[in-house]
Amino acid sequence: MQYLWAFLVGGGICLIGQLLFDVAKLTPAHTMALLVVAGAVADGLGLYEPLIKFAGAGATVPITSFGNALVHGALSELKRDGWIGVITGIFEVTSAGISAAIIFSFLAALVVKPKG
Amino acid sequence: MRQGERTWVFPTPPVIVSTGTVVGPDEGAGPLAADFDLVHPDLEIGQPSWEKAERALMEQASDIAASKAGLAKGQIQYYVGGDLLNQIISSTFAARTFGAPYLGVFGACSTSMESLAIASLIVASGAGDCAMAGTSSHNCTAEKQFRYPTEYGSQKPPTAQYTVTGAGAAIVARHGDGPRVTAATIGKIVDLGIKDPFNMGAAMAPAAVDTIQGHLQDMGREPGDYDLIVTGDLAGVGHPIAADLLQRNGVPMERTTFRDCGLMIYDVAKQKVQAGGSGCACSAVVAYGHLLKRMKQGELKRILVVATGSLLSPLSYQQGETIPCIAHAVSIEA
Repeated sequence: MQYLWAFLVGGGICLIGQLLFDVAKLTPAHTMALLVVAGAVADGLGLYEPLIKFAGAGATVPITSFGNALVHGALSELKRDGWIGVITGIFEVTSAGISAAIIFSFLAALVVKPKG
Repeated sequence: MRQGERTWVFPTPPVIVSTGTVVGPDEGAGPLAADFDLVHPDLEIGQPSWEKAERALMEQASDIAASKAGLAKGQIQYYVGGDLLNQIISSTFAARTFGAPYLGVFGACSTSMESLAIASLIVASGAGDCAMAGTSSHNCTAEKQFRYPTEYGSQKPPTAQYTVTGAGAAIVARHGDGPRVTAATIGKIVDLGIKDPFNMGAAMAPAAVDTIQGHLQDMGREPGDYDLIVTGDLAGVGHPIAADLLQRNGVPMERTTFRDCGLMIYDVAKQKVQAGGSGCACSAVVAYGHLLKRMKQGELKRILVVATGSLLSPLSYQQGETIPCIAHAVSIEA
C-alpha cells in the first residue's frame, strides 16, 4: 500500500509540474522554482512532513522536497541556536544533495566535454 | 523595378548559376537527401564546438557553389549572408574565410530569401555582375541560442520545431544558365501576439499570408500562376494555419501547390522532429537543393519561395515580449 501511495503522490506532484509546463506555459526554471517554493510553504504550514510519512519517496524524491528541506533545516537550527540558525540551517539538510550535485558534475566534466 | 507597394521586378532577371547545399545526419535521413551536395554523418563536422561546426557548413556550401560555377573565390563580387546566432557569427566568420566584400543580414529563418533578394538586386541594378547569397543553421547552436542547450535535455512540446543542420548558398550572376530570379517581395513585420517560442509556426503563419497576398497583389497575379508556392518553416502547426487564413481571405490557393519546406525536409511522421523543420538552412537547402533541381528537370516552371522568420531574441522572450515575424518572397522561373 505504501508503494501505491508513493506512486500516486509522487506522480501527482510530477503531473502538476507537467501541467505548469504545458497548460500554464511556464519555463522549466519557473516550474522548478515554483515547486521548490510550494514545498517550502507546505513545510512552513506543517503539511510536508505528514505527507512524507504517508507517501515516503513519493514526497521526498520530487523537487518540492528540496523546498521542504530548506525550511526544515532553518527551523530546526532556529530552535537550537536562535535566529542565526535560520541562516546556518538552510543548507543543513540539503547539503548532501548540493554537494553531490557539485561533485558529480565535476566528475562528469572530467570524462565528457559539454558543447552546450 | 519597384512594382506595387513592395515588390522588386527585375527587368533583366539575374540567373542562379549555381548552388551549394550541405546538411547534417537528420536531413540526410529525410526524403530529400539525394538532392543535397554533401551530407554529413554527424553533427560535429569534425569541429570542437557547435558554432565552429555551423561555420564549417557555411564555408563548405559556399565552396561547393563557387566550384560548381567554375568561379574562383575572388570572382564573387559580393557575399550577402546571415544566420541565427548572436551577431550572425557563422556568416561573418565564413565571410572572413571567403574574403569577398560582405553584407551581413538578419531575418532569422527568412534570411535565405532576404539574402537572395538582396544579391539579386545587386546584380539586377548593375552594382555587381555576380553575388552570392548564403545562410546556415545548426540544430545544437540554435537550441542553445533560443531555448536550452541540447545536453540539458529539456522537454519540447509537439508544437516545437526541429532546427535544420545545414547551409545553403546560391550564386546569382547577370549572365549564365539556370533558373532566373524574376521578382522579390519584401515582408513587413507582423505580430499577432504569440509569445511561445515553442510555437513559432503559428506565430509566423500570418506573416507568410501577408507577404503572399502582397506579392500577388503587386504582381497582379493569382496563385495559379505559380506551379508551387512554398513557405519556409511553418511546419505542421503553422502551415495549416496559413492555408486557412489564405482561404478565409479568398485567395484561391487550390489552383497551385502550397507546401512548406519544414514539412518536406523530414519524414515528420517517422523522424523525431516534433512539428517539422525550421531554421535558416531549412528553406535554403530545400529551395537551392531540391526545388532548383526540380526546375532544371523541367518539373516546375515558376515558383514562389516565401521564407518565414521569427524575429525574437532570448532577451525579448525573457522579458515577456511577443514574437515579431516576417516573410520575404522570391519568385524564381526556369
